[in-house]
Amino acid sequence: MKQIWIITKKELKGYFDSLMAYILIVVFLGLSGFFTWLYGNNDVFFINRATMQPFFSIAYWTLFIFIPALTMKQIAEEYKTGTIELILTKPISDWQVVTGKFLATFLLIAVTLALTLPYYFSIASIGPIDHGSVLTGYLGLLLMSAAYISLGIFASSITSNQIVAFLLALIIGVFFQILFGIIAGAFPGIVGDVISYLDMQYHYHSIIRGVIDSKNIIYFASVIAAGLMASELSLVKRNIN
Amino acid sequence: MDISVKNVTKIYGTQRALDDLSFEVKTGEILGFLGPNGAGKTTTMKAITCYLSPNKGDIFLGGTSVSKSPDIIKKKIGYLPENNPLYMDMPVMDYLKFIGKLQGVDKANIEAQVCKMVRICGLDLEKHKKIGELSKGFKQRVGLAQALIHDPEVLILDEPTTGLDPNQIIEIRELIKEIGREKTVILSSHILAEVEATCDRVLIINKGKIVADGTPESLRKEAQGKEILKVGVNIDDKNTVYNALQQLEEIEVVSFVDEDKHLFLIESYAGKSSAQSIFEMCMNKGWYLTQLTPVEKNLEDVFRELTN
Repeated sequence: MKQIWIITKKELKGYFDSLMAYILIVVFLGLSGFFTWLYGNNDVFFINRATMQPFFSIAYWTLFIFIPALTMKQIAEEYKTGTIELILTKPISDWQVVTGKFLATFLLIAVTLALTLPYYFSIASIGPIDHGSVLTGYLGLLLMSAAYISLGIFASSITSNQIVAFLLALIIGVFFQILFGIIAGAFPGIVGDVISYLDMQYHYHSIIRGVIDSKNIIYFASVIAAGLMASELSLVKRNIN
Repeated sequence: MDISVKNVTKIYGTQRALDDLSFEVKTGEILGFLGPNGAGKTTTMKAITCYLSPNKGDIFLGGTSVSKSPDIIKKKIGYLPENNPLYMDMPVMDYLKFIGKLQGVDKANIEAQVCKMVRICGLDLEKHKKIGELSKGFKQRVGLAQALIHDPEVLILDEPTTGLDPNQIIEIRELIKEIGREKTVILSSHILAEVEATCDRVLIINKGKIVADGTPESLRKEAQGKEILKVGVNIDDKNTVYNALQQLEEIEVVSFVDEDKHLFLIESYAGKSSAQSIFEMCMNKGWYLTQLTPVEKNLEDVFRELTN
């Protein structure tokens, strides 16, 4: 655990030292703020109800694009500069490195989301808000971010080129974000059910509606675990050739 | 702490990078690892440092198996990988602290330990700069400092002096020598003079196999075979000298090196020395001997003979 935390701290510091974190926070707050308050179509005033739903919809897509940009360099750059050898010959295991990096990006996203809490307080002061659904909304965003971070780290772990890692993470993401939902319709019966279960929007929307089903939680937990394990495997792969 | 590599084989695809390689390094020894490109030096080092696991065989550090307990082994090794990879956007101090923490240096000691490394490696003026801003020589020192931060018992350095200027090379060599008094050191290099200057023992490998093992002197002697002398006689008529030299019974071949300066290269029969008889002959004839120097084969010749 100590080793994981050392990696996490280093990665987090890297985000804040390289402006990456500030750019993410500013752009994310700008975009989500604009669409929540000012857009004119489907914003809080347009709906005329005290609800965070506009924010949760926009944040979902913004994070979908931003997360690959955050994860793309995490392992790819270590391959490129050779530091992967430096780090893996220290007393730390492959999965600790992967988990440490995962946690760092997750914490950065969590901080970014925490900075949107003033939206919640403002809306809550305008009118009666469903506090439960706000809570599950944030939970949904955190779970969805964690899933994409873990897939992004996997994409970063199979190439030494950051651009390839970014695009790959987006392509994998698009499957979970949209394509599984569409493809599922084309398959009848059990195959269709399985594919539609993989669709992230479905699980995300059922969580932000305020329903926390074990089915959804298991879904997110398995995507996160699968991504992290696949990343670890591609690190271990150096021994198999 | 001694290192013993036992029957290690590593295969990349169809290529055998290490072929049943076995050797031992005793505590306190500085071992120089030589070999042409692709001989398996780096692969051996990666196997010792737990980065790659061999297909066959095992490596032991002080009796502990590398494959069974990598976490224990990694704590005892300080490793400077090939090309000295570093996190370029970290400041030197932060980087050393980060590595120190990873290596399990106590929280109470870490500050002192980092300062000590900065002092030993001569990084005092550069310690607050980002690593990417340093010159190559200073980066190399950061690499060494990182390898030494937890006071390891075993030090593994993969080409520690590549890309340094001659002054820096000498400084780094001195540093390694000093460190090597208490620790077991393995270093690889292309520069033979470097190995000769720093190492107690030399291991030459080629195609994943050991082709020579011994002190630099013993390797040179082994390859020496016949005695070769460079002789200069200051007499105008060089042919007289040539004939006279050829008549000495210990001498097998006489050849001119530099006709103007009257220099000859003389090869004696195996196991014989002709120095004394040349000297006596010149004395008897009243010739003025300007030079009588043994020509030694250097490690480069040994290396070329063994790996070609």
